[in-house]
Amino acid sequence: MTAEPPMTTQPPRTAEPPAKAAAARSPRALKAARMRQSFVRFWKEYRTHRSGLWGLGALVLIALIALAAPLLVGADSESVTDAPGLPMEDPSGEFPLGTDQFGRSVLALLVWGARVSLTVGLLAAFLCVAIGTLVGIVAGHFKGWFATVLMRITDWFLVMPTLVLAIALATVMDRSMWTVILAIGVTTWPTTARLVRAQTLAVESRPYIERARALGGGHGHIMLRHVLPNVMPLVLAQTTLVISSAILTESTLAFLGLSDPTITSWGGMLQDAREAGAVSAGHWWYLAPPGLAIAAVALAFTLCGRAVESVLNPRLGVAR
Amino acid sequence: MTAESTPALVHSAEADGLADAGPSAGRGPRARNTKAYLRYAATKILGAAVSLFAVLVTSFFLFRLIPSDPVKHMTGGRPISSEQLENLRREFGLDQPMWQQFLDYIGDALTGDFGMSYQFHAPVMEKITAALPATLLLTGTAYILFTALGLWLGTRTAWKHGGKGDRFNSALALTLYSVPSFWLGLLLIIVFSVGVGPIPGLFPTGGLESGGETGFAYVVDVAHHMILPVITLVAVGYAQTLLVMRSSLLDEMGSDYLTTARAKGLRDDVVRRRHAVPNALLPTFTLMFVNLGHVVAGQILVETVFSWPGLGGLFYEALAGPDLPLVQALFFFWAAAVILANTLADVLYPLLDPRVGR
Repeated sequence: MTAEPPMTTQPPRTAEPPAKAAAARSPRALKAARMRQSFVRFWKEYRTHRSGLWGLGALVLIALIALAAPLLVGADSESVTDAPGLPMEDPSGEFPLGTDQFGRSVLALLVWGARVSLTVGLLAAFLCVAIGTLVGIVAGHFKGWFATVLMRITDWFLVMPTLVLAIALATVMDRSMWTVILAIGVTTWPTTARLVRAQTLAVESRPYIERARALGGGHGHIMLRHVLPNVMPLVLAQTTLVISSAILTESTLAFLGLSDPTITSWGGMLQDAREAGAVSAGHWWYLAPPGLAIAAVALAFTLCGRAVESVLNPRLGVAR
Repeated sequence: MTAESTPALVHSAEADGLADAGPSAGRGPRARNTKAYLRYAATKILGAAVSLFAVLVTSFFLFRLIPSDPVKHMTGGRPISSEQLENLRREFGLDQPMWQQFLDYIGDALTGDFGMSYQFHAPVMEKITAALPATLLLTGTAYILFTALGLWLGTRTAWKHGGKGDRFNSALALTLYSVPSFWLGLLLIIVFSVGVGPIPGLFPTGGLESGGETGFAYVVDVAHHMILPVITLVAVGYAQTLLVMRSSLLDEMGSDYLTTARAKGLRDDVVRRRHAVPNALLPTFTLMFVNLGHVVAGQILVETVFSWPGLGGLFYEALAGPDLPLVQALFFFWAAAVILANTLADVLYPLLDPRVGR
């Protein structure tokens, strides 16, 4: 397991790029070159997906806004006590989207909310995919009763209504951002686990796995050095798709009042707006932006995910 | 990263779902078809029973993860004598040891008794059966509509794939799929119930009926109340059916049997309706049942937003407490519904697709 895998020390393949230092190539440099090459190939293919490019552009923009929130709207815009405006003001030059029931600028809250939504979405998706990959690889690698039990559990989670389970978890735990992340991550992993297991089975049936085993590679070595790199592209595409549903679930939980009420998130803003009577008062400028923001981010991640998926598997027939 | 080796092996979520829908193929020789099928169905039903029991056990322990005193919640922090507290505890069986509570819970649940609601001081089952018809009406209508819409648009977009209509419909479906259902509901209320600018309030803001109507007027009134919630559920729901139908029909499009059908001189829409669509329907069929989980989620949010007196609205009210017996029972109820639907799909699938499971 600890030994360097023999395959990396093999002579370079014929398809190597023109080398600058062909003589002094360490296995590490070879690997880096190969990865760079496949990335370039991936990007060339990805570039042809117009919707994927739109999604990527939107994501970069939103991420920049979220990162620069303190610079853009000021660090104190979430404060309830020294809010700059009157409660529930209409849109004006000073407050382009009006104010909330505490007199805070809705636009500023929207910018701050991007941070929570993105953080929760990314972390929850990461947790979900990590659990799913672990279970998938283990269930695909080990056969026998252990794998059977794992897959039974996966199937059981798969048919559970995800949102109900997440709500149940969020209800019994403390109201915090971490609860939401945990609730989403723990309830959404089975799809990933099934995908990864299918891929693991396909990879493990190849002769080079048998070769690695014959050379004395243990379970850990095979799973980490051979199977994992081969399921990674699939896992990446899956992560992108999971993020968008995680962001939607986060906003749902926040809307139902199951998130930390002290942090500003888009779902929480919608809950605030509803409780403050923005619906019956017809204050659409308070309600519309957070939902549009959620939809925009979720859509951007979905577009990216579908583009990645179709680069990896052109048979899916995704419109460009 | 051996990117060159992966493409053919990457499965879409949908394709994987399809593969799991059927049992492992090649069970038993042809002569014993029926017997093999019955054994297969029995396995599935037995598995469902085990899953249901697991849900029941989970629903008990999940809500006791965090030690909390429900009686404190019930009294809402009002000053109350310790004697009264004891009485409340006894009333809800909370003075029993955990294992006793567990056995009681399982025993009662098997006879259809899920205890008393903390909030309403009424049997949980009574609340659920009272809310069920409203939910079935709303969700059932929306479910039929979005499945039909998804299948129709999915077929159309795939048949003319790459065209303007395909691009527009796929983009629209993806966008609506990304929209939070509760937000869409709130927005529809603002625009069409409260009224924005020149648009008058056309529809009621929520509820199932205005009250006081009877006979045909009552039916019209309920339908009037249903329009916005149904639109919301359909808008966020049809995308998945569309996308799966589209991709499974695209999979069929290159098939030889379609070329043969065309070579026979059949008209284009006969080829589509009689040859391609029935085959493409199979994966979509599984999805329709798997989708029920999403339908439940949509139901909770849309019923909450439109104050619809169904299970979803009841769940939202129960969360505020939290009214544990009610939350617990609804959790079990929905999980059971989805498990049963999936089992039904598993059992029916080999009957629809003779290639699987015989």
